[in-house]
Amino acid sequence: MRIRGFVAGLAFALLACGGTDQAAIVVTGSSTVAPLMAEIARRFEEQHPGVRVDVQTGGSSRGISDARKGLADVGMVSRAPKDSESDLRWFMVARDGVSLIVDASNSVPGLSKEQVRRIYRREISNWSEVGGPDLPITLVHKAQGRSTLEVFLEYFELEDKEISPDVVVGDNEQGIKTVAGDPRAIGYVSVGTAEYEAGRGTSIRLVPLDGVEASVASVGQGRFPLSRQLNIVTSDEPQGIVAELIQFASSEQVHDLVEAQFFVPVE
Amino acid sequence: MFQWSKDHLLLLWLRLAASVCAAILLLVAGFVLLEAFEALRDIGPVRFAADASWHPASEADQGLYNLVPMLSATLFATLGAVLLAGPLGIASALFCQFYAPAWVAQLQRRIIGLLSGIPSVVYGFWGLVVLVPLIRLQAPPGPSLLAGILILAIMIVPTVALIAESSLAAVPEAYLLGANALGISRVGIIFRVAIPAARSGLLTAVILGAGRAIGETMAILMVCGNVVAVPESVFAPVRTLTANIALEMAYAMGDHRSALFVTGVVLLVMVVGLVAVTASFATETTHAESTHG
Repeated sequence: MRIRGFVAGLAFALLACGGTDQAAIVVTGSSTVAPLMAEIARRFEEQHPGVRVDVQTGGSSRGISDARKGLADVGMVSRAPKDSESDLRWFMVARDGVSLIVDASNSVPGLSKEQVRRIYRREISNWSEVGGPDLPITLVHKAQGRSTLEVFLEYFELEDKEISPDVVVGDNEQGIKTVAGDPRAIGYVSVGTAEYEAGRGTSIRLVPLDGVEASVASVGQGRFPLSRQLNIVTSDEPQGIVAELIQFASSEQVHDLVEAQFFVPVE
Repeated sequence: MFQWSKDHLLLLWLRLAASVCAAILLLVAGFVLLEAFEALRDIGPVRFAADASWHPASEADQGLYNLVPMLSATLFATLGAVLLAGPLGIASALFCQFYAPAWVAQLQRRIIGLLSGIPSVVYGFWGLVVLVPLIRLQAPPGPSLLAGILILAIMIVPTVALIAESSLAAVPEAYLLGANALGISRVGIIFRVAIPAARSGLLTAVILGAGRAIGETMAILMVCGNVVAVPESVFAPVRTLTANIALEMAYAMGDHRSALFVTGVVLLVMVVGLVAVTASFATETTHAESTHG
């Protein structure tokens, strides 16, 4: 069964190679980067007829190992490079920023990493303890598996199990609608969505973290702490069509795609 | 000959259509079971009730998979909604059938029909911006079992009212005329004649409403708070089985994904149970009617 599939695949590959000069680029790795990469790939294919880009997910570690082993031409990694990974070439395609949000009427001036950590562990349970109004805090948290949740937990060094929230939300929109109009609530959503909604007059405020204002600009400049890099990696200096794809993926031509996924383009 | 072959073609076509309908159900149920199998094998059915909490992971031994809080949330929300919407829907049907002038009854039917056509996400949004803030004034945080019960009740009232009315309309005219001729009051006719005669239809109305409540996802997801815990009061946030699937499916992998299909199996079993209850009521009445008749 498996052998027959392999033979069929081989025959197809030979046919594909022999018939046209169609090139296939294999991209694997982080499920956070994958939806963005798939959109970028679609546009790249439109501009380069005959080129096929195959995007597969499997986590950042698969992105690293597939690129190293040559199983993929390009790996996707949703974090900064580690010291042990300097053998690979790294290219940043976007940043993923997460902003803490409160209702527009909440007067809390800003929060530190330690304060947020203690709020989500319920060691701080009233806004007055952090310079806000005298109201109990309502914790809005994200459902499991969301990339914003991963960024949040990692930065604040929290375990999902130690958080007992008052409300669990799914997507960013639901998070914003739940916090807006509730002066007790604190939540966190993708910074791109938060800034857009606040600009449209939705009753939310982006809370400065460790003295840095939360905005698409500060995330793009790499100043905002609650963010991570979205990278693609190759094992060697990219050549030919792969190099073109990588250049395309970090160019201004895909900024609208980056923003559509609520990520922040790199400046 | 020609006539026969036309009949024959129609029969063939109807058989095909009927088997496609049946096959869809079997395919869906089979697919859900197949996807759930991995988790039932790796995690084992016991842990879905015995684990300390719901903290799923893609590897079975790294996660916790207790579904009981979500099962209880679904049961409480459905029960609450049925307790509110059942009497309300049946009352509306009785009013249309026995008291309202023809044009009022017609208007009432139209309005209820319209209510049943509103998409659930609209109810959910309304719940989130109107109902939840009202509940927040009483008992923060606002998103709660109570909000879910109220939204579900509003959503299933049309189902209950429409089916209850058609079953009341099916009560034989002779019963009502006979009762009237005996000089029984209108209240007496309603409670002693019409309701007992339409009993099985009224129960079906309530049970179908309950079925809709069990399956409702979008509105519930928006107003219930989705915290995995057995609710201690109606003001506590809860996560239903359907909300669990909708919240986590997009990002789940491995045993986590499969565990969500187990959630789906639990829902399927609940709905099959309800249908079985309805069917048993239906046969019971058929027997009753045949002995009377």
